Amino acid sequence: MPTFAQFIHTASMPRDNSIKSVLIIGSGPIIIGQAAEFDYSGTQAARSLREEGIEVTLINSNPATIMTDSVTADNVYLKPLEKKYIIEILEKHKIDAVLPTMGGQTALNLAIECDKAGVWKKYGVRIIGVDIKAIETTEDREKFRLKMLELGVNVCKGYTATSFLEGKEIAQEIGFPLVIRPSFTLGGTGGGFVNDPADFDKALTRGLHASPTHEVLVEQSIMGWKEYELELLRDNNQNIIIICSIENFDPMGIHTGDSITVAPAMTLPDTIYQQMRDLAIKMMNGIGQFAGGCNVQFSVNPENDDIIAIEINPRVSRSSALASKATGYPIAKIAAKLAIGYNLDELKNAITKTTSAFFEPALDYVIVKIPRWNFDKFKGADKKLGLQMKSVGEVMGIGRTFQEALQKACQSLEIKRNGIGADGKEMTNYDQLIDSLTNASWNRLFSIKDAMRFGIPTSTIQKITKIDPWFLHQIEELNDTEKTLRSYSLETVPVDILRRAKQQGYADRQIAYLFGCKESEVHRKRTEMGIHRVFKLVDTCAAEFEAKTPYYYSTFEGENESAVSDRKKVVVLGSGPNRIGQGIEFDYSCVHGVLAARECGYETIMINCNPETVSTDFDISDKLYFEPVFWEHVYDIILHENPVGVIVQLGGQTALKMAEKLERYGIKILGTSFEALDLAEDRGAFSSLLRDNNIPYPPFASVTSAEEALEVCKDLKFPLLVRPSYVLGGQSMKIVINEKELEAQVVDIVKDNPGNKVLLDHFLDHAIEAEADAICDGEDVYIIGIMEHIEPAGIHSGDSYAVLPPFDLSADVIRQIEEHTKTIALALRTVGLINIQFAIKDGLVYIIEANPRASRTVPFIAKAYQEPYVNYATKVMLGEKKIKDFDFKPYKKGFAIKVPVFSHHKFPEVNKELGPEMKSTGEAIYFIDNLEDEYFTKVYAERNLYLSV
Amino acid sequence: MKERIATEAILLLEDGKIYRGKSLGRIGTSSGELCFNTGMTGYQEIFTDPSYYGQIVITTVPHIGNYGVVQKEVESGQVQIKGLVCKEFSEYFSRKSAEGSLQEYFEKSNIIGICEIDTRELVRHIRDKGAMNAIISSDEADIKILQEKLNATPSMDGLELASKVSTKEIYDLHTPQQQYKVAILDLGVKKNILNNFTQRGCECKVFPFDTSYEEMEKWGPDGYFISNGPGDPAATTQAVENVTKMLEQDKPLFGICMGHQILAQANGISTYKMHNGHRGLNHPVKNLLTGKCEVTSQNHGFAVDAEQVKNNEKVEITHVNLNDGTIEGIRVKDKPAFSVQYHPESSPGPHDSAYLFDEFIQLIKQRKGTA
Repeated sequence: MPTFAQFIHTASMPRDNSIKSVLIIGSGPIIIGQAAEFDYSGTQAARSLREEGIEVTLINSNPATIMTDSVTADNVYLKPLEKKYIIEILEKHKIDAVLPTMGGQTALNLAIECDKAGVWKKYGVRIIGVDIKAIETTEDREKFRLKMLELGVNVCKGYTATSFLEGKEIAQEIGFPLVIRPSFTLGGTGGGFVNDPADFDKALTRGLHASPTHEVLVEQSIMGWKEYELELLRDNNQNIIIICSIENFDPMGIHTGDSITVAPAMTLPDTIYQQMRDLAIKMMNGIGQFAGGCNVQFSVNPENDDIIAIEINPRVSRSSALASKATGYPIAKIAAKLAIGYNLDELKNAITKTTSAFFEPALDYVIVKIPRWNFDKFKGADKKLGLQMKSVGEVMGIGRTFQEALQKACQSLEIKRNGIGADGKEMTNYDQLIDSLTNASWNRLFSIKDAMRFGIPTSTIQKITKIDPWFLHQIEELNDTEKTLRSYSLETVPVDILRRAKQQGYADRQIAYLFGCKESEVHRKRTEMGIHRVFKLVDTCAAEFEAKTPYYYSTFEGENESAVSDRKKVVVLGSGPNRIGQGIEFDYSCVHGVLAARECGYETIMINCNPETVSTDFDISDKLYFEPVFWEHVYDIILHENPVGVIVQLGGQTALKMAEKLERYGIKILGTSFEALDLAEDRGAFSSLLRDNNIPYPPFASVTSAEEALEVCKDLKFPLLVRPSYVLGGQSMKIVINEKELEAQVVDIVKDNPGNKVLLDHFLDHAIEAEADAICDGEDVYIIGIMEHIEPAGIHSGDSYAVLPPFDLSADVIRQIEEHTKTIALALRTVGLINIQFAIKDGLVYIIEANPRASRTVPFIAKAYQEPYVNYATKVMLGEKKIKDFDFKPYKKGFAIKVPVFSHHKFPEVNKELGPEMKSTGEAIYFIDNLEDEYFTKVYAERNLYLSV
Repeated sequence: MKERIATEAILLLEDGKIYRGKSLGRIGTSSGELCFNTGMTGYQEIFTDPSYYGQIVITTVPHIGNYGVVQKEVESGQVQIKGLVCKEFSEYFSRKSAEGSLQEYFEKSNIIGICEIDTRELVRHIRDKGAMNAIISSDEADIKILQEKLNATPSMDGLELASKVSTKEIYDLHTPQQQYKVAILDLGVKKNILNNFTQRGCECKVFPFDTSYEEMEKWGPDGYFISNGPGDPAATTQAVENVTKMLEQDKPLFGICMGHQILAQANGISTYKMHNGHRGLNHPVKNLLTGKCEVTSQNHGFAVDAEQVKNNEKVEITHVNLNDGTIEGIRVKDKPAFSVQYHPESSPGPHDSAYLFDEFIQLIKQRKGTA
């Protein structure tokens, strides 16, 4: 028996020293239901294993990830996630173990496939961090149900059907409402509720088709029950901890990925919570023995507190990424250590660095996650939320209270709202409100608040939505605050009222709206009143112990815990929630920007609100502010930190659109100036610049009405590309071929964006599209890569297959592209990155647009050529380095094809046809040696499809 | 539901620091030792835990009151805390089985509190400065008067409080199919400790804090239990004397929290007042006998001296705290007696340590020859 002294001084380390080399499987291209969170977990795991001196090999076909970077792993394979490539790796490297739990369902499925084929056994590879049998139990609804019954855990009444007839019989026995859950599908694809027997046949057929094994579970519906999730970690010694309890604001009936969620649980008494905790532990122990993370979902009957287990996922998940950010406990990092044999009590808390990793985080703040939907990109999509996940990203708001966190999450969404309500965008039609409450979609949260303002009783709202009354009461309080604020003006508002509103998360902009004054006036007023934004630490322990990790959020209270150092600092603005057109690529760029600035001796300050990202890992920057990339929050952080400047060109449009205000407030923008950024966006000025430099561009005009458009189209000639100015990912872009279509499209745009200009470009029919990315220091330009699109112009660049380097452009065309790129980069006085898009017709290169910022393609080129371009560009922006200081040595062999990946299966009703509006959710990289490659030939052949239109 | 009209309230600390917030519970003035609990659930259990007698509790979780109160989730017959300090106090509650709001409950129990306080700053303050007394007032704004009242509040050091919360009279707890008799020395016993015994087939007789060993032994118990309780363990001389006598024979003995500190004292080990104590539901404890870890519920401001335990021939360390290495459990060598500093009965908190009750029953069985 060990004595106390032995325990303290010679704690035994059961780390498995036979594991010297680990293969991590990534999750592949981003699709709905499996997104950037797995880059975060994979990156953490890789870093965690390398810390232990383990050689990490990584396979992932997604080039936009940090995990596939040489800074993360020793050997990176940007290959499709297929068995043959796993074998290729195992042939080449001595791999001791494979960790398949970091790459979502994709990685697990591949690991199972390889296991069944005997691949792991053949190469002597151990599977760590998971139990294959456990996966099968949890993925197969019927096995899960039987296992739970065996463990004495309550589950929904239900049976598996493998045929249509069987399904009908089960439905007859259980009765309606019921739910259909297909086996082995991602994010609930093909599932759904059936309230009416008339709808059953169709839903059953769809479910059976969606399941690769043609199995569905037909189950009793528990729609409207309360929904919870627990995140667990277990080591080889069967020590289990619960990292976080998460409560869904939206009750059962909406996929967790599409639910607004809150941590810690807000309405759970200890008795019920502990029952749930016991059940979760029992379930995890019941499904199999493995060291790692696990997620368990429960449902609680609000009438009698009865608990039903919904599902268990024996791997790192979207929720565990959220739980890591919510608590400060790095689940993937620790799970990786557990997988190689460590026990929890041998590891330290990563935040306090002094206390044990075996503990359960205590939160003294609240987090709210709100999903980000992109229905505007999927015209015709069923916008109703249900069992199938439809969101493309998410944001997390941290506040000292639920209300503050909720408002901050709303401010993070970038959907042109300034929080909940108080922005003049309220819905005021009774029928519309009731419909919006009944058929939950992206805006239900806002509709709840609007319904209250409109006078719809909270009890009615509760009856329709089944949302816990406590949450609704919180929103009611916000409505009361708004009412109170309306009775004052900027001049008359008492300090207590204003302070309370700020503590409830009201943005200056919302208050300004209610007072009828300017945002800056509210900021000035509250500053005069001594209402200051202060910063608190996310420390895992509710301040019980001193924390060493600078992970902050803001609130309005007494003490400010964020001490400002006297080092020179730089702020990097993140890209906010992932959405179509602005995804993980920008997280890649932000992380590299931060690392490059650190290399140059700057204290780096990251501001972002997306819990799925690597940039919001507290290990990346010197200081992390987990805050909305919303003017007020960004400005207050800058006032507090006083950085030498702000980097806006790495965080996509989110960061870029802060530039104007930063400039106006005299805050230095590092790299390309605001004037240049603005010039590139201003179609008229930019065209003058092109004209002055003798660079061709398609004829264009900007109009403000359909009438004007009909006038100018005579000169421009059809087809025309019609779009609003300042767009992202081709939002509302359309090619029109006649006056009727033109009129309709212009009217549509003007309606959605009043006051905004509409751009009409003559569309170069049958042109070839290409794009170039370059770094410029103001004097020299280095073109990092030119990509040629396979599809002709007209398909959004994000949705087209593109080849690096160009595969059939003439030397003269390439020369034109190079010359134009250099000329434009210099003319815009670019300092940093620039992306230029070209259309090539009849041997002439036209400019479509120029974006003086990191583009979606920069990570792709960096991966293909194996050079750290964002790192270089950041050093240029900081003025630390010039182009001539770098020794460019791109690795050029064969071609790299960028393959767009879509999530069409989530929106079966949406037209899959491609056009100028981007629809893809992710991308993959595919290397070929030469143009005779079969894959290339096939893709190339398909381009004719578009040419023949 | 009618909303409470909150008035201004003041929290004054022994070191002169002043916090201003809104009143909750009754309007009035109350003082006691300020301590913080980091649990995120179980406020009603905490407020009714007799070990909190004489203390003003800061809850670090930002929302309190969300699910109201129910009679079945109490740990004693009354609210024991002297006051509550929290961030957001929710009078509105949501739970079908709830019998009322926490506000009504506090009003009935004469509890005074303060909310809308930067509790995080406050916790950081007392974390660095150490535990101290404080006074909450919602009816007196004169700091000088509050200061005087605060000065009159006794220090927890050396304070005997078991007498305030212990049962006045002996009482019995029966259970169907009772097999074992457990004598409980009540220094402020939590209801769920008694539940844990009765659920395991124990008939319990609960004795007041100052009962002599002889009187307890007269009942002929199969084992003894020394409960948790408030105040300074060094002031519990009668209990220490009792335990010393209990150890002279071979009946199983189990102590929790203060009961643990008393078992240590009976073996010549002294206790000390901790800088801040441990109060929460997430404290990591390692069982050195099995190598397994437990997430434990804790509530103590005093601890047993680790050096003395290590150097003591008679006792063995069974459990340690993984955060700070403090002693969490001991057993007496060659005696069926053991104790833990934490709360295996949880309530609130995780159920990881309930096995200790089984082990105690096992000792009884072994002694009775029924195992």
